[in-house]
Amino acid sequence: MAALTEEQSMLRDQAKSWVTEQFPVQKFREMRDSGVETRFMPETWQGMIEMGWTGILVPEQYGGSGLGYLTFGVVLEEIGRQLTASPLFASAYVGATAVMLGGSDEQKQVILPKIVDGSVILTLAVDEGPRHNPANIALKAEKAGAGYKLSGSKTFVLEGMAATDFIVAASTDDGIKLLHVPADAPGVSREAMSMVDSRGYANVHFDGVEVGADAEMGDAAVLEQVLDCARAGIGAEMLGTASQAFDMTLEYLKTRVQFGQVIGSFQALGHRAAELFGQMELSRSCMEAALQAIDSGADDVPQLASLSKARVGDFIHEMSNQLIQIHGGIGMTDEFDAGFYLKRARVLEAAYGSQAYHRDRYARVMGF
Amino acid sequence: MSDLETFRAETKAWIEANFPTSLKGSSMGLEGEADDSTKADFETWRQRLAEKGWGAPTWPTEYGGAGVSDPEAKIISQEMAKQGAFNPIPLMAGMGVTMVGPTVLEYGTDEQKAKHLPGIASGEIRWCLGLSEPNAGSDLASLQTKAEVDGDTFKINGQKIWTSGADISQWCGALVRTDSSAKKRDGISFVMLPMDQEGVRTKPIQLISGVSPFCETFFDDARAEKSDLLGPLNEGWSVVKRLLQHERQSQTRARPAGGGGSKPTLQEVAKNYVGTDESGALADSDLRNRLTHHLMDSQAHSLTISRITAEARGQVKVSAAASILKNSATRIAQGKAELTMEIMGSQGVGWEGDNFAPEELENVRDWLWGKAISIYGGSYEVQNNIISKNILGLPENTQKG
Repeated sequence: MAALTEEQSMLRDQAKSWVTEQFPVQKFREMRDSGVETRFMPETWQGMIEMGWTGILVPEQYGGSGLGYLTFGVVLEEIGRQLTASPLFASAYVGATAVMLGGSDEQKQVILPKIVDGSVILTLAVDEGPRHNPANIALKAEKAGAGYKLSGSKTFVLEGMAATDFIVAASTDDGIKLLHVPADAPGVSREAMSMVDSRGYANVHFDGVEVGADAEMGDAAVLEQVLDCARAGIGAEMLGTASQAFDMTLEYLKTRVQFGQVIGSFQALGHRAAELFGQMELSRSCMEAALQAIDSGADDVPQLASLSKARVGDFIHEMSNQLIQIHGGIGMTDEFDAGFYLKRARVLEAAYGSQAYHRDRYARVMGF
Repeated sequence: MSDLETFRAETKAWIEANFPTSLKGSSMGLEGEADDSTKADFETWRQRLAEKGWGAPTWPTEYGGAGVSDPEAKIISQEMAKQGAFNPIPLMAGMGVTMVGPTVLEYGTDEQKAKHLPGIASGEIRWCLGLSEPNAGSDLASLQTKAEVDGDTFKINGQKIWTSGADISQWCGALVRTDSSAKKRDGISFVMLPMDQEGVRTKPIQLISGVSPFCETFFDDARAEKSDLLGPLNEGWSVVKRLLQHERQSQTRARPAGGGGSKPTLQEVAKNYVGTDESGALADSDLRNRLTHHLMDSQAHSLTISRITAEARGQVKVSAAASILKNSATRIAQGKAELTMEIMGSQGVGWEGDNFAPEELENVRDWLWGKAISIYGGSYEVQNNIISKNILGLPENTQKG
């Protein structure tokens, strides 16, 4: 754990107790079984808004607390531990980041306070095919009067069914632009994607959707910056999820008895746990460094964001497999929570670029 | 100017005034020896450093140090590096500055400190350590070398192995059994003895990488003064545990990714030998992927060291992350040598001769020598035993470590 400020420590303690007491993984199970279309419980989201988590990134002048990315990471980690479902990350982290980095003063004034009070759920629509590939955007935005007319589709849009607003990465004559599109604009349609982690995603279609010139919110460079912030942030949630999987596994190693002894006394399993612990600590250093680099405005954010996404991705991949393997048969049952962590892990790995994507990107940044 | 800035300016000036320019950029042997042409200047530099207390700058001045803080010591080495200067004393003192000295500072009597530390801090007395034995490697506590009280001395019999620099050291810190009836770890003591005596014989060991600093050391009625017992009788195990912590600390710094300074980075070496495609990516995509894994490992390791440093300064409890650093450093160092060798192809597996560039031959020796990293200082497997038992709280393994 990074050397946290007093404020960050308090927020972590608050998040930990709120999540474990009020919205533990059992609540996630109830949400899944309820089949609610948004794929989160309104009361979870309301609780987060009331605690001010939606304003952690947003500057004070726009109604937030401006505490920064590492601070948001502290909360995301706790949410990741219990798989607490909500649009917090998609809207108050990624959406808010896009407005802060690419928005005009007016856009900031209009949108940010609504992200904070929860009346707007703003999500980024970037992917179009099965693989993350933000450099190649097919969705067209043609000049129409002073504004644009959008045609094309987006997929794997986080919280796409709950969203009130989208930020759409579109291809224009002047290269990639980010455009703000309300979900209720004529020509916008969407359908839910039922994914293995039971969380909210959508395919979103734009059929001749018209927006004004004031919808512009930055270009390809801004998109890349927003994505790097997203990659670093989702790393915090992933590490929380993976750390919980580690803790569950360690507890099981200490209590499960076979052959007349607890299975953690077998050296093969002790060493496996030691290796996983090592990877967990190394991943944590990468994740925290990426968030700290964003907060300090360092110039190596792209390198660190890719490092973090790849390393945390590798760790959650292996950890979620070992969670099932070490729990044995019980881990295979739906009644036990292990499967939730495995399923969530793979979706998080795919979001904003897989490990392979980020290793390739890291190599390019390093010049080979 | 802050105190540290003042200290930096003074340090810079002192090095400028005292470091013989003839030594600038000169290489130093593994044991800290100079070549003939610079011998006199080398000795002058050593003496000046010793008088200044900068051989072991953080030690108290009364024992040959300069009594400076850790940040000040860091400034000294930074400023030396900037001017092409170096501190040869830690190498000349063998295990003295890095391991024996800090342990004597902690466990030694005032008399022992006064007797042993100044010689180490000045680089005049080289120390070796007699710990491992042919039948006590990873299971160090099963050591058999015996010390019996005989008047004012201990009479020592047995054999040590992997005693680095034993053939050129003046003193040895040895772990010996002083109570055969006690449990394994309870009957061990740590004694210090001079190497120049009839009962001590050393024999260098040749390794797979060629000549090595290691020796076998034979004690045949060797003598140690009773006053040179470090720590209480039969409590040498706790002394050596601290000593090995000092060893691990000195081993946890992996080389930076791709090497530093004027040396080309690993990715540059790869591009030279393997070539690139039209996009500038390494032509061998499998190698490129594994090289990326390696560089990421290396950066994750460095970031973990930074994180631990920040934790130590901050308000949080230093996490258990430190326990993983030795194995992490091992993987990086060994992985780097293997990758370098693979990148260099048939030029990477030369043993000697003009057909090979110096850096090609150097990597071969590094590669072979590097196999020792996962064995010494607590093997890779012993480290994992320590993590699973002491850090994760898993029960004792059937194989104890």
